[in-house]
Amino acid sequence: MTDTTTSPAGKFGVGRIQRHKASDLASIGEPMIWAMGGSLVFGLLMITGFLALIFYQGFTAFWPKPIDVVTLTNGQVFAGEPLRSESYRLPKDKIAALPDALRIEIEDNGNMVERTLYRIGNYDFYGDDFKWVTAYEVAKVEEPKDLVLIERQEWGVFIGRIVSVTLNGVTTPNPDVKTLSAGQAEARALRKARIAIERDEVGEVNRRINGLRLKTRGAELSYGEGSDRAKAVAAEVANELAALNQDFTRLSAKATQARAREAALTVTLAEIGGETKEMPLANIVRYFDPNSLSLTQKISVYLSRWWEFLSTEPREANTEGGVWPAIFGTLVMTVVMSLLVAPFGVMAALYLREYARQGRIVSLVRICVNNLAGVPSIVYGVFGLGFFAYVLGGNIDALFFPERLPNPTFGTGGLLWASLTLALLTVPVVIVATEEALAAVPRSMREGSLACGASKWQTIRWIVLPRAMPGIMTGLILAMARGAGEVAPLMIVGVVKLAPALPVDGIFPYMHLERSFMHLGFHIYDVGFQSRNSEAGRSMVFVTALVLLALVLIMNTVSINVRNRLKRRFAGDKF
Amino acid sequence: MSAVASTKVTDDGYEDTVYHPVTNDSGPEITIKDFNLWYGAAQALYGISMDMTKGMVTSLIGPSGCGKSTLLRSLNRMNDLIDNLSVSGEIRLSGEPLFGPQVDVIALRKRMGMVFQKPNPFPMSIAENVTYPLKVDGITNKSMLADACEAALKGAALWGEVKDRLKDSALGLSGGQQQRLCIARAIAGNPDVLLMDEPCSALDPIATLRIEELIDELKSSYTIVIVTHNMQQAARVSDNTAFMYLGRLIEYGATKEIFTKPRTKRTEEYVTGRFG
Repeated sequence: MTDTTTSPAGKFGVGRIQRHKASDLASIGEPMIWAMGGSLVFGLLMITGFLALIFYQGFTAFWPKPIDVVTLTNGQVFAGEPLRSESYRLPKDKIAALPDALRIEIEDNGNMVERTLYRIGNYDFYGDDFKWVTAYEVAKVEEPKDLVLIERQEWGVFIGRIVSVTLNGVTTPNPDVKTLSAGQAEARALRKARIAIERDEVGEVNRRINGLRLKTRGAELSYGEGSDRAKAVAAEVANELAALNQDFTRLSAKATQARAREAALTVTLAEIGGETKEMPLANIVRYFDPNSLSLTQKISVYLSRWWEFLSTEPREANTEGGVWPAIFGTLVMTVVMSLLVAPFGVMAALYLREYARQGRIVSLVRICVNNLAGVPSIVYGVFGLGFFAYVLGGNIDALFFPERLPNPTFGTGGLLWASLTLALLTVPVVIVATEEALAAVPRSMREGSLACGASKWQTIRWIVLPRAMPGIMTGLILAMARGAGEVAPLMIVGVVKLAPALPVDGIFPYMHLERSFMHLGFHIYDVGFQSRNSEAGRSMVFVTALVLLALVLIMNTVSINVRNRLKRRFAGDKF
Repeated sequence: MSAVASTKVTDDGYEDTVYHPVTNDSGPEITIKDFNLWYGAAQALYGISMDMTKGMVTSLIGPSGCGKSTLLRSLNRMNDLIDNLSVSGEIRLSGEPLFGPQVDVIALRKRMGMVFQKPNPFPMSIAENVTYPLKVDGITNKSMLADACEAALKGAALWGEVKDRLKDSALGLSGGQQQRLCIARAIAGNPDVLLMDEPCSALDPIATLRIEELIDELKSSYTIVIVTHNMQQAARVSDNTAFMYLGRLIEYGATKEIFTKPRTKRTEEYVTGRFG
């Protein structure tokens, strides 16, 4: 601390301050440097740990694990993938019931015992997918080579043995790989064709039937019920309807036929205890014998699982299958949101910074904008549902789609409303960033332009905006990252667990902004906490989180590249 | 105005301006009459009256804060960007008033090119920089733009150095080249007047010399008003010099006389380096 003493009257008179010569700890700032460095390290460790967890769990989830056949001391036998082990404290009453030698051993160990979680699959046989086994109950663990793991369309995985394959009435016991895979491929192809009939062709007929129904209703609404014109339309519709109904019957028959052909290809499975079950081959998504796989085969299973995950729709209440609709939904929503938020935010900021008279009102507006960024996102969700979906959407329905009422078209959550809600949520970020970028444009640039006789708008358009563009892009990137990761408001304005159709498809007008959609963030919540078995969704949570992170990373990388390209224009280099 | 030397003291204790400028037959381009300017409540210019003759170089000198830049920036109303600014008196450009509700500021600025203290090329190519005033006027004809670009760059003695890289970024030029580019941009719009606000203060001596030579060449075609800190520069380039002090015009006269036999004590003290 500065120590002030009065020096004797000298050249400069009395009262001159004598300065402290040596530096003390506080003035050097050493402790602060340690504190700052420590904070940085702490933050980095947290982030690294978080990323390492997601990466490890995400990347190992699809790796084929070996299957153990476990024989318990009570004679029970089961097969399963060992997932993880932990030690836990055995309750007193259980310890008391144990034989003496074991009891003493456990008591010496502080009542702690090891247990292992097995994924036993075969939900249709056992009514459970997972099983905890305590170490002392285990008599024997083996890894027989002939066990297979089958990923099924329904009922989750099967672990056991293949007894026989029946192809169109011909039964082959103990089938070799060739027979089995040929049968499975054929069955899958049949299934694909049948689904194409059911979903696309029948779906198209249904769509047209519904269109006719709406036409009748529309005619009734515009010409009055029972009027001649409405009746004429109804008669016309009835004709077309008859034709369509014929189509429908024909297609249904076709589908039934396809179903029958599919049902003629079956496989008989036996679980480890010997209980058997016959099921359609088409039900098998993938099968392999985990205990005898070579490394290349393991890699091929791993990659094929990843491909399935990225490119297909979910099944089994989202705990299996893929997340393609969620990836697509997240992407489309983020893009639509950015398209909405960019012009709104930038124009608002331009007015606020360039045109509005700087004073108390503008300061107030600025404070409000900044505070908007701190409003909990769920509040935006409620507002989005109440205002966008019910008020705006309800009016749009009443005006443009009255024949569909009471079924809502825009009057319920959907892609457009979700994007608008998120745009509202992220617009403060864009406004603040844009204002800062505009303020950072040197005054000399503006003056240079004005001195050339440019109007204010020309100056903004040609000089200020291009110069501020990198800063504006930074704001947009932040907004995008926040929007892509937001879940809470989406849950009420249009995200669903399982969307029947993608928001973009081949049916006019190709972009269906009114449709509900799937979202990776919500998918994580749904799989992790809303599914039948949280254990089953556990690995999916990590993999989906990994995909969401990757998606945000990709979108950010693209926009950062764009920004850097813009920045380079002002760095004095060639362009 | 007549070149009458007087040392009459006004009511507020300040001496009247001493005038002895040289003129030519063309008459005044800019007429300033009893011009006052306030930033909010603080007055920055007090009763400035002077004529700037067409086709001549007028330099404004004086210590920092004397109001010379403020006066220059009033000429093309660049001060409009400042909030709470008020003025009284009048300034006329070839007889037309600059201040007043009827005045089209943009049209006015198109008649005056301005060069700033620090080179301020736009983050565009060299050619786009030079043709910016034409772009502002909505001219898109490529050959017309190319001709104007070449003419302006030649006028600013930069053509030889940049003719092979017109498409390159203007920010890649050296400081002196950038300032000449800004001069080219200022004259590309074919103005009547060139305003220069300490155009050499950010440049090295060699670049400064080139700009000064350029001013010498340009004065045949434009009325030039230059603010400078550098008295040698004022002596070298200008025909008339105005010495300002604390918002007042102290002496306005032929450059030669201002620097050799100034007629007021303050001017003498300043030009001999005794204060400022």
